[in-house]
Amino acid sequence: MPSGGSLTQDPCMNIRSHIRQETVVLLLAVAIFIASSIFLNGFIEASNIVTLVRGVALLGILAIGMGIVVIGRGIDLSVVSILAISVACMLQLLNMSYSLPSALAITLAGVIVMGGINGFLVAYAEVPAIFATLASGTFVYGIGRSQWLSGDVVYMPDNQTGFMAMGELKFLGIPAEIYFFLGIAFLAFLALRFTRPGRFIYFMGDNFAAARNMGIPVRPVIVLQYIVSALIAFVAGVIMAASLHSMNTRIVNSTLLYDIILVVVIGGIGLSGGKGGIRNVIVGTLLIGILLNAMTILDIPDLYQKLIKASFLLVALIADGFINPRDEQTDQAGDI
Amino acid sequence: MALSESLARLRYKYIPDHLIGEILSKRWADNLVPLLFLLLTVAGLGSFIPNFFTIQSLSDASRQLGEFSIVVIGLTIVMLGGGIDLSVGAIFGLTAFAAVSVVYIFAMPIWLAFLAAVGVGALAGAFNGFLIGYLRLRAFLTTLVTFIILRAIFDILVVDHAAEIQLSDVSSPTWDFIGDGTILNLPVSFVAAIVVAIIAHIFLTRLRPGWHILAVGGSRRSAYNAGIAVRRTIFMSYVISGVCCGIAGFLIAARLSGVGPGTGAGLEIMALTAAVVGGNSLGGGRGSIAKGLMGAVVVLVLTNGLIRLGFNSGANQMVLGVVLALAVILDVRWLKNRHKMLAKVYVAPIYAKMDASRSAAPDSGSPYALNDRLANTEFIGLGELEGPEDVILDNDDHLYCGTRHGDVVRYFAPDYKRHEVFAHTGGFPLGLAFDRDGALKVCVGAMGLYSITPDKEVSRLSAETNRSRLSVIDDARLRDPNDCDIAPDGRIFFTDSTTRYDAHDWALDSIEARPTGRILCYDPRTGKTRTVLDRLTYANGVCMAHDGQSFFFAESWACRVSRYWFDGPKAGTVEIVIKDMPGYPDNINRASDGRYWMAWLGMRTPSFDIALRKPGMRRRMTRRLPQDDWLFPNINQGGVVKFDENGEISDVLGNLGGLSHPMVTSMREHKGYLYVGGILNNRIGRYKLDGADPAWTSNRSYWGAKS
Repeated sequence: MPSGGSLTQDPCMNIRSHIRQETVVLLLAVAIFIASSIFLNGFIEASNIVTLVRGVALLGILAIGMGIVVIGRGIDLSVVSILAISVACMLQLLNMSYSLPSALAITLAGVIVMGGINGFLVAYAEVPAIFATLASGTFVYGIGRSQWLSGDVVYMPDNQTGFMAMGELKFLGIPAEIYFFLGIAFLAFLALRFTRPGRFIYFMGDNFAAARNMGIPVRPVIVLQYIVSALIAFVAGVIMAASLHSMNTRIVNSTLLYDIILVVVIGGIGLSGGKGGIRNVIVGTLLIGILLNAMTILDIPDLYQKLIKASFLLVALIADGFINPRDEQTDQAGDI
Repeated sequence: MALSESLARLRYKYIPDHLIGEILSKRWADNLVPLLFLLLTVAGLGSFIPNFFTIQSLSDASRQLGEFSIVVIGLTIVMLGGGIDLSVGAIFGLTAFAAVSVVYIFAMPIWLAFLAAVGVGALAGAFNGFLIGYLRLRAFLTTLVTFIILRAIFDILVVDHAAEIQLSDVSSPTWDFIGDGTILNLPVSFVAAIVVAIIAHIFLTRLRPGWHILAVGGSRRSAYNAGIAVRRTIFMSYVISGVCCGIAGFLIAARLSGVGPGTGAGLEIMALTAAVVGGNSLGGGRGSIAKGLMGAVVVLVLTNGLIRLGFNSGANQMVLGVVLALAVILDVRWLKNRHKMLAKVYVAPIYAKMDASRSAAPDSGSPYALNDRLANTEFIGLGELEGPEDVILDNDDHLYCGTRHGDVVRYFAPDYKRHEVFAHTGGFPLGLAFDRDGALKVCVGAMGLYSITPDKEVSRLSAETNRSRLSVIDDARLRDPNDCDIAPDGRIFFTDSTTRYDAHDWALDSIEARPTGRILCYDPRTGKTRTVLDRLTYANGVCMAHDGQSFFFAESWACRVSRYWFDGPKAGTVEIVIKDMPGYPDNINRASDGRYWMAWLGMRTPSFDIALRKPGMRRRMTRRLPQDDWLFPNINQGGVVKFDENGEISDVLGNLGGLSHPMVTSMREHKGYLYVGGILNNRIGRYKLDGADPAWTSNRSYWGAKS
């Protein structure tokens, strides 16, 4: 299992590689949780724990999709656009009195097409992933907002009681989102660990040229990767809409996307691919979720929260740069 | 001649197919697609939207364009260095705020506002540059993060100070002039953009730091290994981008007399689209300021057009997303397939009819009849040499030849067993000649004409000739200097076999059969080189006639030897001496009996002669078949021919079966022996000539007994 264990081949880094990044992150998360419980009023209250868990679950689901793509040495900047526009369109269709199954089917098809386009651009047109998904994310938001949707916020029609009820669903006092998160995490774990495409994603992330040379169908696997990422984004969007009873497309302009990347990088999935797994996503999610919640309780203004989160991400990127170093001899032109 | 053949002749004579390949091989060809796109966008939207080209609309657009294109110039420079800067929008906003706060809050002079804006921009750029250049983080994600950080700072500042700025009663005519004024009817920001563009262009194309940025973008590793400070260069490129944002931010602050939360929002995706649509490569190294400007115009025209067409808020992003994706695809595919496409299109064969020649078959009784006399030469340097194209001997009987590895090798008399590397040239030394002072003149393939003194000092004599006016390809460069000879007054006449192919691609030139070879003259008195004769079909060997006023030259693919007078009463005239030979001629040298030796590098075959009359077939062959399956001139069988000034053939030496000397590219007579070289051979042959003057040497024939 290539997760976290072999951070580097450098012998003098041996000591550091025994202390896995995910262990550090997990300990940090626990420490912050304990500190917050002691010092922050209302942190440990049941209602806050529910909010925290909900936020964490959503972030975690999105981070799983991103994690899968990053392990394969890609990145998907279009997830938030796809999440917002697909679910908004589904709600719009419901408002136009389509039945739930047909609305679901239409948007699902759209989501698969968008993921497929991302994959096609990266795999067949050989556009760097970061550009392809930046462009497609911009496009999705643009076309959805200007051609399909009437306003920024689309509300769920009142007759969708079943859908709304899903947001309130609880098992054993725990919101359904958590089960979704754990379920998706478990499925992704199985897929990455035990299926052929899952192993291929690791090979591609580790050494793309070698993976292609040994006969792995790299292009279809890349396309699959982006379709899965888009589908996971859609699921996250549906869960979000179920609890909020609406979809605000302005979420595209929020820092949600960077929170997701933050989770993935902090969790220990190196941006150069081939490393880490679902465990890393879970510990990353815990840390970031607790931090975000603590900041909210501290009542830090939104703008300052943005600043703090971005600084965190920057520190994470610098740390990633030190753990997975690049240099002039191995850098490839265009590897930006 | 059949009608179809006449038509083929006319078609290939008058339609210049070779220009397509030559244009595609130019760097400026990369501009053609963006330019076409620019024209289409402007024309399309201009015809769709009424009043698109009115003065008012153009003036507004040009103000916007000024600020926008300065930002794009900065981003272009970063991209040329192989990076990317997504924080331009945030830096732009922040610098605009800096300028505004200096003017309205602190009520300080305008020049200080400018300095503040540029300073804040440089600082933000330095932050990016430090992270990406020195800490070597990924440019894309890092600048995305600095974008959020700087944007958050900007938003916090705007929220805190917006009221203060609005309530300020500062007014300054200079400030208003920068915002609304015009210079020569052009808005200030537009003029500023032109100035920045010119400076940036000169910086990139004429100054060392600019070249370093291009080098780092082109190949980071090579730049590093060449000793360029890669990290500092990358750092500088981001600082430059920050400064550009600062200038643009200052301009927009003056134009809007304030900043709002929307200042610079979405600018990064617009600027990125502009830079890529203009044709700047994502990987870096390829691109220019002009391309960035073209992209800036396209993007602004598009976005303004969409607003004028009445689309609502998301439409801009929709179109920008599509345009960005398409432009990146085009860029990636073009970079990847350019050389493949070029290789396919570049070879443009012409119609060439070879007239029938007399047979060279051993028992044909023709003067060209080959024999097997070269089979029994002594071998010099067997297995030690690779590619002795030309051979020459000095007054002490030492033997010199070039090798594939770029050396001129000297074999010592009398037994030619020992050898040394006489000099290293770096290219492939081909034709050799000794001048009056015993210095060796060498045609170095793909490099030019060089001189090696007896003390082994190498110096370059010529690497370029005069550029002809209408040639697309750079024909000033010497691509294939092949053979040289020296006139009594010291002028060196040498051949440049083709202007379309590098030396090692000579076979492609034979398939194309296009006459692009030249004879050049290097004059040691002026140090200048000029073209004497052009449009020759693979100009190859050149040899001074015994009269000292003219020289013979061989055109390989035309199987022809001609004589050109450069002095005397017939100066400037060309006469054909031998035509329609059965072999492809190479070097020519003097013989002891007043005649001349000529090497045949290969023999004509009926199949290739027919192929020369079928340019379409040859074109299809080069495009569809792997190179191993192509039809080439036969070079498995060559020989040496002796001819006189009237073109009479008096002797032929061959090697049937080609075990010793298959392809002969040169021969040199020296003291009763003939030394034979071949560019694809691994030896030099030494052949005893019966009845030749045992004291005659080429040097004495050229420079008299004293030398």
